[in-house]
Amino acid sequence: MLKDITIGQFFPGDSVLHRQDPRFKLIESIIFIAMLFAAQNFTAIFVATLFAFFAYAVGKIKISLALKGLKPVLPLIIFSGVLNLFFITGGELLWQWQFISIYENGIETAVFMVVRVVALIAGMSLLTYTTSPIMLTDAIENLLAPLKKVKFPVHELAMMMTIALRFIPTLIEETDRIMSAQKARGAQLDTGSLKVRVKALVPVLVPLFVSAFKRASDLALAMECRCYRGGEGRTRLRTLKSAAIDGVCLTVTLVVAAAVIAVGFVPWII
Amino acid sequence: MSAVTTTNLRYIYGAGTPFEAAALDGTDFTAEEGAFIGIVGHTGSGKTTLVQHLNGLLKPTSGTVVLFGKDIWAKGYDIRAARFEAGLVFQFSEYQLFEETCYKDIAFGPKNMGLSDSEVDTRVKEAAAAMEVKDEWLTKSPFDLSGGEKRRVALAGVLAMQPRLLILDEPAAGLDPSGREMVLNRISKYRSDNNVTILLVSHSMEDIARFTDKVLVMSDGKVLLYGDTEDVFAEDGVLAEAGLALPQITRLALLLKRRGINIGAPRTVEEAAKRLLSL
Ligand SMILES: Nc1ncnc2c1ncn2[C@@H]1O[C@H](COP(=O)(O)OP(=O)(O)OP(=O)(O)O)[C@@H](O)[C@H]1O
Ligand SMILES: [Mg+2]
Repeated sequence: MLKDITIGQFFPGDSVLHRQDPRFKLIESIIFIAMLFAAQNFTAIFVATLFAFFAYAVGKIKISLALKGLKPVLPLIIFSGVLNLFFITGGELLWQWQFISIYENGIETAVFMVVRVVALIAGMSLLTYTTSPIMLTDAIENLLAPLKKVKFPVHELAMMMTIALRFIPTLIEETDRIMSAQKARGAQLDTGSLKVRVKALVPVLVPLFVSAFKRASDLALAMECRCYRGGEGRTRLRTLKSAAIDGVCLTVTLVVAAAVIAVGFVPWII
Repeated sequence: MSAVTTTNLRYIYGAGTPFEAAALDGTDFTAEEGAFIGIVGHTGSGKTTLVQHLNGLLKPTSGTVVLFGKDIWAKGYDIRAARFEAGLVFQFSEYQLFEETCYKDIAFGPKNMGLSDSEVDTRVKEAAAAMEVKDEWLTKSPFDLSGGEKRRVALAGVLAMQPRLLILDEPAAGLDPSGREMVLNRISKYRSDNNVTILLVSHSMEDIARFTDKVLVMSDGKVLLYGDTEDVFAEDGVLAEAGLALPQITRLALLLKRRGINIGAPRTVEEAAKRLLSL
């Protein structure tokens, strides 16, 4: 069911990660991505993955939850793995059958890519698992604030993101409900040929769009009634404050990143 | 024969996430064929979750659902057959309309059943008449109708499948008094004309009192009480604990009973008057 998608969800909690300043968490996540792409060999990616496990433990989020979150992107992961497996040449030829051949380097690259993508998704999921959407957009707005100087509409962008994030769960719930209602009238949504299934989406999409537009116009009206005018001169309900622990977390992340990069330069490590 | 029987039904939302919650916790319930059964319970007691099991929209975490003598989750049973045997009308059903015209929307269910065009046509006309959907609406877009009119079209869309068990989740919520009256009367008439079984989920004890033979009271995913409407209404203490208020006339009668005037637990003012006069 749609409900099973955990990517992008927020699970409230009281761990160190939950309490961290979202700006720092965002920066740490970006460093983590950089780490994954900077990793040059298996040891480096292993260190980065280990760091992700460590972060999950600190955030008190079960690894099984992250694995469940991977389910919807599984086809993508498998696809990239298989592609690398068959198309990378080099090293010893291990297996051949007609025009398909698998080389040593192919296996290595495939495993490397899969680990990298899985770690990437798991890392980004951890950010949303432990940060409420509102906090996240606050952090983005805050970090992008310098762009206001060049007339970039930072506040508007952040507001749009807040609203979009706020309505994702609502729309998922709504989609679920409409799908159930149409299935109750015998709609076939999960079986049949591609053409049948695409056609079966119409009864779901039409009511969904109608209600999404209605929601949008209601919301706009409600905002206008409260004299919403945008960023200029608005004060905040929550102000972001950083504490010593944020510095500690950032430092740990930076040290790990340095280690990952360093390991990549040592020639005799695989 | 029973229309539907559930045994030891359990259902957990969000299994495996921190939001895990049991919405049904060992629900046993049997609906006899031809009965008009009300389902009541406070908000979040599991009414909607229960009725979504009866046509196979939700698969129980454990327990069985037997619909007209067949276990719907047994191997070899086509779950779509359950959708046509047990017609389910959702809460705020007007939001499911999607076709260009009301006619086409009502025809959606029968078409999915694979019926012939002429059969679909008669069923649409019959269902439209049963819900007092006017002929001129049939050629209109459902989005041009008012909320209450849309509701009737949505109800007709389920009636057109001619289910033997009709399940209605709050069919009258949000309608004006005359709209409520009309919808419930129509459903009641449809039942007596076609001898179908009806399950009515409602927060209005007045509606439950007027239309149902039996009542199922849910509380925290469990069956709290189940029996003839009058017998259930006599248990005012249990009902109050479950957060349900009886119709005023029933409450009055129960107070009278405590003072020595026993007229049972009448459901309507007329009934109470009749019993009082015959004392
Ligand atoms: N999609 C869902 N995901 C998670 N929990 C849910 C979901 N739907 C319902 N629940 C939970 O299951 C329980 C039963 O919900 P249900 O919708 O069956 O109640 P209900 O009796 O129909 O209430 P109402 O009278 O408000 O319609 C509630 O505690 C609710 O929070
Ligand atoms: Mg409900």
